[in-house]
Amino acid sequence: MNDTQAPVAVLSKVEKSYQLDAVSVPVIRGVDVLIRPAHFTVLLGPSGSGKTTLLNMLGCIDRPDVGNVMVAGNDVNAMTDDELSDFRAKHIGFIFQNFNLLPVLSAYENIEYPLVLAGASAKVRGDRVPKLLEAVGLTDKARNLPGQLSGGQRQRVAIARALARKPKLVIADEPTANLDSKTGAAILSLMRHMQQRHQISFVFSSHDRTVIGAADDTIFLKDGLIQAVRRKRHDPEGEPLLGAEADE
Amino acid sequence: MRTLLLAIRNLLRNRRRSLATLLAMAVGSTSILLFGGYSKNIQYSMETAYVRSGGHLQIQHRDFNNFGSGNPTAYGIADGAKILAAIRSDEVLGKLVLVATPTLQFGGIAGNYNAGVSRTILGVGIVADDHSAMRNWNGHDLPLISPPLAMQGAAADAAVIGTGVARVLQLCEALKIADCPQPQKEAPAEGNAIPDDIAALSQLEAAPPKAVVRGKAGKGKASTEAQQPARSPRRIEVLASNNRGTPNVASLDVIQAEGQGFKELDDVYVSLHLPQAQRLIYGSGPAKVTAIMVQLRHSGQIKAAQARLEAKLPEWSAKQPLAVLDLNTLNPFYVQTIALFDTIFGFIFVLIGGIVLFTVSNTMNTAVVERTVEIGTLRAIGLRQLGIRQLFVTEGVLLGLGGAVLGASTALLISAFVNRLGLEWLPPGSAEPLPLILRVWGEPGMILGTTLGLIVIATLSAWWPAYRAARLNVVDALRHV
Repeated sequence: MNDTQAPVAVLSKVEKSYQLDAVSVPVIRGVDVLIRPAHFTVLLGPSGSGKTTLLNMLGCIDRPDVGNVMVAGNDVNAMTDDELSDFRAKHIGFIFQNFNLLPVLSAYENIEYPLVLAGASAKVRGDRVPKLLEAVGLTDKARNLPGQLSGGQRQRVAIARALARKPKLVIADEPTANLDSKTGAAILSLMRHMQQRHQISFVFSSHDRTVIGAADDTIFLKDGLIQAVRRKRHDPEGEPLLGAEADE
Repeated sequence: MRTLLLAIRNLLRNRRRSLATLLAMAVGSTSILLFGGYSKNIQYSMETAYVRSGGHLQIQHRDFNNFGSGNPTAYGIADGAKILAAIRSDEVLGKLVLVATPTLQFGGIAGNYNAGVSRTILGVGIVADDHSAMRNWNGHDLPLISPPLAMQGAAADAAVIGTGVARVLQLCEALKIADCPQPQKEAPAEGNAIPDDIAALSQLEAAPPKAVVRGKAGKGKASTEAQQPARSPRRIEVLASNNRGTPNVASLDVIQAEGQGFKELDDVYVSLHLPQAQRLIYGSGPAKVTAIMVQLRHSGQIKAAQARLEAKLPEWSAKQPLAVLDLNTLNPFYVQTIALFDTIFGFIFVLIGGIVLFTVSNTMNTAVVERTVEIGTLRAIGLRQLGIRQLFVTEGVLLGLGGAVLGASTALLISAFVNRLGLEWLPPGSAEPLPLILRVWGEPGMILGTTLGLIVIATLSAWWPAYRAARLNVVDALRHV
């Protein structure tokens, strides 16, 4: 994999405000972001810096007030709600801080659900889900409901669910925040492993600077503005990326 | 399939709340069906009673129903026997008609000579064998015992009267009627005794006219009783004006008194054999009838039989303006009673439907609030708004279906239990108590209608919360605490 491939997501001059009673509070103030394909990108910054808002826009569950969002080569601003739903189902995986597994479905069924939504056949599901369960080390917990799993196990299921449809982009909002440091490190390691194995772009937010070491690209956010972008180059033969310099 | 599975599991997830909602619906459904079963029983009981006494259809003079009560004999049907024969031999009606019988209704005065009392009556001449057959009609399989018709096989001058007539004519003792009040005899006025000659004159006046004999009062009375034949204490005289306005009298032997359900009818009803009634009204002239009763095999055949009769009557009796009246037209009280119960049923359904609406709506609203993050997650991973709506509406439908089915099952069990208790009740217009039957079993239309109605209400109740859930902003939903 090299950096010459088209970026998986591009945010151009994006602005976003939230209404707090009668006051409009700007959260993102005209930022440009480029997510490289098959890279591990971390959004870093203190609380309220706009990490989650940026992630939501990258994940196509929120729209900017101003600016464009291109994901997987598609202008998501122009999409209807249903088109966005289908787009998310096809191209984007989500990993949440609170795992957000469906409590009435077993680990197996939670992983299978995105495939069901996509209309995948029983054979395809039967092939893919056990492999994912094995990849996250939960083959023996396949029939367990989320309530019967530990936090780390739940997050493993969430990772497998996010990867079920082989998305181009996985959005992870503080995926280790609710885990102890050891489990968090393991989850981070697993995500890194899966990202490399499946060649998927991972973007996750954190305000923990210890995760920087795990990232290919790190975007520092503060008060809705990008303070710095640090990129590690995996492919020395690749061309410089648009809109970002290494160690800006 | 996945939506159904998710909906079932979500309902099971909060068992207590789902059960409470289910029970509320089941109680509602049971109440509606039990009342419906009770209402059906009333309808069938009344219908059976009316069909047994007056048939499904009656052929009458066009104006008899509106004006006949003032002068029944003026609206007689002359070709009764011919019409009856035509009905029985008709290829269509022959398959529909169980009994066709003539009847003659007239007004008159009945008197009990022995008691010196009389009253106006409504006389009905019947063919006893036909009416006995009509009493066996049981189109709704009610657990009824048909008492034998007293007039069947009785003498030509026999009569059956209402218990009210028997009471007024002071025939209770002679007819051995239980619980029949007797008039209290007034105590003699206090004062000086009247002179002997005046007392003797008074006794003579009080004695029956034929008993007036010469001689001393005491001896005369004794000799009169010895001369007169013994008079039956059950005998009455019926006075009626014949078709030319001339008074005519028939002496009848009352063989039984029967309650007629309504006091107004019970106090005037006198039934006698049709030939006897025709002799009274028409003398030796051509006998007529005021109606031909037609009893069908099933009430569902009324329209077909009525249409056939209306088509054929001009052919069978061209000179007379005849009309065919159906059960509902003949018995407005029956129609009003059914309409009343239908209205009450509808009212109860609306009330319970309202309760179900708010119960299910409340349950679904709570579920939406509790599962807001879940909704956000589902939307984020690609479920469309329609999918969210389907999920919550499916839960509402399942609640509705479960509640309605549970309610219907409970209603069937309770009705079976009640029907086995052998309870009785006195329906309006009935002289005798009838078994209290809750007709739930065997009423698929009512069960299906109630079940579907409650499912529709539950679905509608779930629709708004489902719509709200689907419209949730994904980011807000994911942030929900």
